[in-house]
Amino acid sequence: MKLVYFAWLRERLNCGEETVELPSNVANVSDLFTWLAKRDELFASVFEHADIIQVAINQKHVQDRSTSLEGANEIALFPPMTGG
Amino acid sequence: MTIEPIIRVQSDEFSVDEEVKQLTGEKADIGAVVTFTGICREEGGRLSALELEHYPGMAEAEMTVFAKQAIERFNLQGLLAIHRYGKIDVGKQIVLVAAASRHRQAAFDGANYFMDYLKTNAPFWKKEHAKNSEQSNWVSARDADDHALSKWSKLD
Repeated sequence: MKLVYFAWLRERLNCGEETVELPSNVANVSDLFTWLAKRDELFASVFEHADIIQVAINQKHVQDRSTSLEGANEIALFPPMTGG
Repeated sequence: MTIEPIIRVQSDEFSVDEEVKQLTGEKADIGAVVTFTGICREEGGRLSALELEHYPGMAEAEMTVFAKQAIERFNLQGLLAIHRYGKIDVGKQIVLVAAASRHRQAAFDGANYFMDYLKTNAPFWKKEHAKNSEQSNWVSARDADDHALSKWSKLD
């Protein structure tokens, strides 16, 4: 599974993208947030802001945290968008 | 005939005149073109530049989806949108939207609608670079942009 990070998440984590092996009990977006927050102190400090972090699966926005990760090849995590 | 939008995400500067020419081309049934150009402002002398980050692939895809919606909803004759990324100095152009239609109202509405969607749904992030210092910080999303977007669903 490829995870990609943008804007302040990328900077704080010092990581633009990484490949991870997700445990089998990480089935949906909410599980992923929980798993990420438990990785280490740095991830915990970033993912304590989980309520404002947005998600795209295979480059499509996902609003519902219960969305399954089945079929996901690339998951992006980013703050609210500020383009234009 | 389905009208395909022209969407580009690029670091280079653009010329509004050239882009409008590309949009209208040889089409004879266009009576109105509305353009919106977003420019990097200095925020009262506080900023030297903005830095735009984007999600390559998704940015173009999302813009194309909204552009197609705008074309259909307002019966546009054409829609062109360019969004720049990278470091953009104060006074330089960031984004261009040009909507073409038979009559003016559709072009005004189409450009307005597309920009409201772009602000809140296209994966771009702005970072401010301060003048006279090394400081930089990420811009927060504005509630005002979400409100601007919600007016379109009230009209549905």
